[in-house]
Amino acid sequence: MSSPEDDPDPFRREALGLLARAPSARLGELFPDLPEQEILRRPETGSVMVRGRAGGTGSSFNLGEITVTRASVRLPSGHVGHGYVQGRDKAHALRAAAIDALAQHDPKRIEVEILAPLRREEHLRRAARAAEAAATKVEFFTLARGEDE
Amino acid sequence: MTASELSGGFAVAAWDGAHAFRAVLNAMARPGTIVALSAATGPEPISVAAATVLLTLCDRTTPLHLAGDHDNAALRTWIAFHCAAPIVAAQDAAFALGRWDALQPLDRFAIGTPEYPDRAATLIIDNHDFEGMPARLTGPGIRGTAALALPDARAFVANHARFPLGWDAILTSGRHLAALPRSTEIR
Amino acid sequence: MYVAVKGGERAIDAAHSWLDRARRGPAEQPVLDTAQIRDQMSLAVARVMAEGSLYDPDLAALAIKQARGDLIEAIFLIRAYRTTLPRFGASRPVKTGAMRIARRISATFKDVPGGQILGPTFDYTHRLLDFRLLADGALPATDPAEACETLPEPAPRILSFLDRDGMIETAEPDQAEPADLTREPMELPAERALRLQALARGDEGFLLGLAYSTQRGYARNHAFVGELRIGTVPVEMEIPELGFSIEIGEIELTECETVNQFKGSRTEPAQFTRGYGLTFGQTERKALSMALVDRALRWEELGEDGQGAPAQDQEFVLSHCDNIQATGFLEHIKLPHYVDFQAELELVRRLRDGSAGQEDAA
Repeated sequence: MSSPEDDPDPFRREALGLLARAPSARLGELFPDLPEQEILRRPETGSVMVRGRAGGTGSSFNLGEITVTRASVRLPSGHVGHGYVQGRDKAHALRAAAIDALAQHDPKRIEVEILAPLRREEHLRRAARAAEAAATKVEFFTLARGEDE
Repeated sequence: MTASELSGGFAVAAWDGAHAFRAVLNAMARPGTIVALSAATGPEPISVAAATVLLTLCDRTTPLHLAGDHDNAALRTWIAFHCAAPIVAAQDAAFALGRWDALQPLDRFAIGTPEYPDRAATLIIDNHDFEGMPARLTGPGIRGTAALALPDARAFVANHARFPLGWDAILTSGRHLAALPRSTEIR
Repeated sequence: MYVAVKGGERAIDAAHSWLDRARRGPAEQPVLDTAQIRDQMSLAVARVMAEGSLYDPDLAALAIKQARGDLIEAIFLIRAYRTTLPRFGASRPVKTGAMRIARRISATFKDVPGGQILGPTFDYTHRLLDFRLLADGALPATDPAEACETLPEPAPRILSFLDRDGMIETAEPDQAEPADLTREPMELPAERALRLQALARGDEGFLLGLAYSTQRGYARNHAFVGELRIGTVPVEMEIPELGFSIEIGEIELTECETVNQFKGSRTEPAQFTRGYGLTFGQTERKALSMALVDRALRWEELGEDGQGAPAQDQEFVLSHCDNIQATGFLEHIKLPHYVDFQAELELVRRLRDGSAGQEDAA
């Protein structure tokens, strides 16, 4: 995947990905109250151009855009958090930013209370989908061929 | 990252951006007119007016050159966060920001080509002294003549001489901004 | 020539009001919920996202509802909305080789690592109307597949097997920044990156017709479906304020790679060549069509002889595949052309008078 140089903070990287992919409503349940914080960037919705590669592995091209909402906050402790989440849900982005900031302040608590449940639930969602796909896998068997008689 | 590197952006991006854009447009359309801008605050030494211009006109698609003491880590971080303009060398810049002396020599900046005169740089001359000796301006957007203090009138005379090529200039200081497109003649 | 005409406001207001009621349908029916459209009309949603060139299932569902199910109108709404969004940046190229597979089939190899996975396909249905859906809208529930704890086998790209033997042209990455036709007007001839972008947002029907024409002999290039896969991939982007890249979401994609017979040319050895299709959502017909048209458009770079077929003509394909451009120009002829037409009328009258005079003289 990525080399260590472009992955300076694997914990934060994984956390931000989990927060972005989590359903916004679920994040609201796990983390209902936003902490006291200064908003550095109000949640704003924009787009990100998604790129693909010709032939899957060749030169890159612009496939189309996705909607993305981002926000940035600072806690009284001085920790700055950024949230970038797919879609147009401003509360989702703000919550992701707040959790990102708190995770730098108190990583253990965020891991136990938020990231671990999100990781587990995402795994279950993916496993359920993988099982549906696996059930449609073709098991070929060869019929007796006439000329073998 | 410290406070000043991330705070000081637009409070409401759509509104602040639209108001600032209108103000810059007016200044550019009426050379010599001084307008007030105060929507953004960046780290030293950028003025409030120049910071507002950056957040209004610059984004990922506008390469920006920082000259002199405007090229510092705090301001680079602030720009990356608020408008994400890529920082480039002078000859690749669509916009350049710095004090007049730091922007020299000016022949480093793009002046466009006969086919695409729009591919020219816009210089944001910050911490400009609006109180200096005014030069007389004439040209498009000016009824009769207008007056504006310039850092070095000769440079602007030479720039106008190659119209339709040439760079355009935005002069800023504190909350004040004036503009001098290449079409303006200096008397 | 157009002339400003006033006086239609009341009629327009009334038309809009009727449009609202026509969309709503009879008041005694439950109103259609956008979540229902998103989840139960998901292939219409996928088409609107692919051709609207904006991946957002909720917005696509809203657009379909607002457009009364007219998908091109819905795509128009999405394209218009898209222009209001600030662009935060571009993602890293998605890694379709690591896709979480829902469907993955190959028409070229039977036994492939990862297997042939059918997914939720219409392919083996009998295309008979299911009147049970008409009766009460409900079918007896089927059980989801039993969850298995083991992760699915990795599904490597099928074309990589041919690649290993040098039997197919390679597809090597480069660092070039791809051009973006939503930012700069397209100039012809267009490089492949730009063509793929145009095809990815192009009209499914138009591309289907063109792809079919290549199969029937107009620019025959004999395509096999090397691999077709549908599934989800993460979208990863470099965040300047973080200084590293993160996943900002996950999208469903359809990818189609064709293997095409190629006898070799003045510049290339005999080997298989590739056509490529990649589209938002589950949009299989579109991805297949895109791959066939992509391959047909590549004739020049592969040193093939042009046959003058429509699918080989860049200008023809790229200038006409966008259904919003097309419908905009087509539908504008409904707008008042009163003065234009008066001039034509006069002209035809004069010609007729003139020719009548000549007949008399003869």
